[in-house]
Amino acid sequence: MKDKKNKKIPGGIKFLIVVIGAYILMLIFDYSSAMAVFQNFMEMNKKVVPLLFFVFVAMVLVNIFLTEENLKKHLGEGRGLKGFLYASIAGILVSGPPYVLFPMLDQLKKKGLSDFHLAIFLYNRNVKIPFFPALIFFFGLAYSIILSFYIIAFSFLNGLILTNLLKEKK
Amino acid sequence: MTLKVSVKKSLRTLTKSMPIMFGILLLISMISVLTNGTYSNIFSGNSFLDPLVGAIAGSLSFGIPITSYIVGGELREQGVGLLAVTAFILSWTTVGFAMLPLEAKFFGYKFAIYRNVINFIFSIIVAIFTVVTLNIFF
Repeated sequence: MKDKKNKKIPGGIKFLIVVIGAYILMLIFDYSSAMAVFQNFMEMNKKVVPLLFFVFVAMVLVNIFLTEENLKKHLGEGRGLKGFLYASIAGILVSGPPYVLFPMLDQLKKKGLSDFHLAIFLYNRNVKIPFFPALIFFFGLAYSIILSFYIIAFSFLNGLILTNLLKEKK
Repeated sequence: MTLKVSVKKSLRTLTKSMPIMFGILLLISMISVLTNGTYSNIFSGNSFLDPLVGAIAGSLSFGIPITSYIVGGELREQGVGLLAVTAFILSWTTVGFAMLPLEAKFFGYKFAIYRNVINFIFSIIVAIFTVVTLNIFF
């Protein structure tokens, strides 16, 4: 069972293999276009790779200063401003892919986390401090701040609408 | 969390996202060369239609947010409007049709479907608010 699990190729790698396969085909059948693709790819990487260093540093800092347990404790703080703030902060700071986060949130739901807080948490995953330098690089500081502000503000509305819709259907 | 653990965790997260990120970059490069840079033509320049197209494209895509910024940046360079690109970036992370079954498994189908539909609509509304605010103050 364990061996089977270990042998499973992650989706991301499968995706990359398919794309590389397509590129190899291109290399065989249209060499000049494949070279142009490679040049284009390297140009994009020149922009992206240096940014990854800043992303990495920001991720390390967030991981050091965020005590996940503390945030989990405050996630069920009621439907007021305090609960909204904690759910927002948790959504912004807690990182991880959905298949890691969903089981954790499911556990919290069983311990009393409301749909309202859950929706706020999930919507605020859009504001990611580690990726902020990249957002600023591509779109500017003003845009990044305004967008993040609206995401946080609309997460409240998101929680309210979702909770009401779920109530109506019950 | 100690520095060592944090570095390890961050490195693991970043490494895991690399294949998708580089795969998407290579895919964009291929599409860009094959279509001679006209792939952004799915955006017509129509202020009403483009955010919708952006939101649909973002909903169908996947990966970490930084990838959506890179693609969004590319689209901007091709002349696609900020409204459409913002809707694209927003729906990329908030709407996950590919992840819908997983989300439903944990939180129920009603929750997952409602949330994704609301997020899809919000991606366009938030995009409008962002661009309008940006135009007023900057």
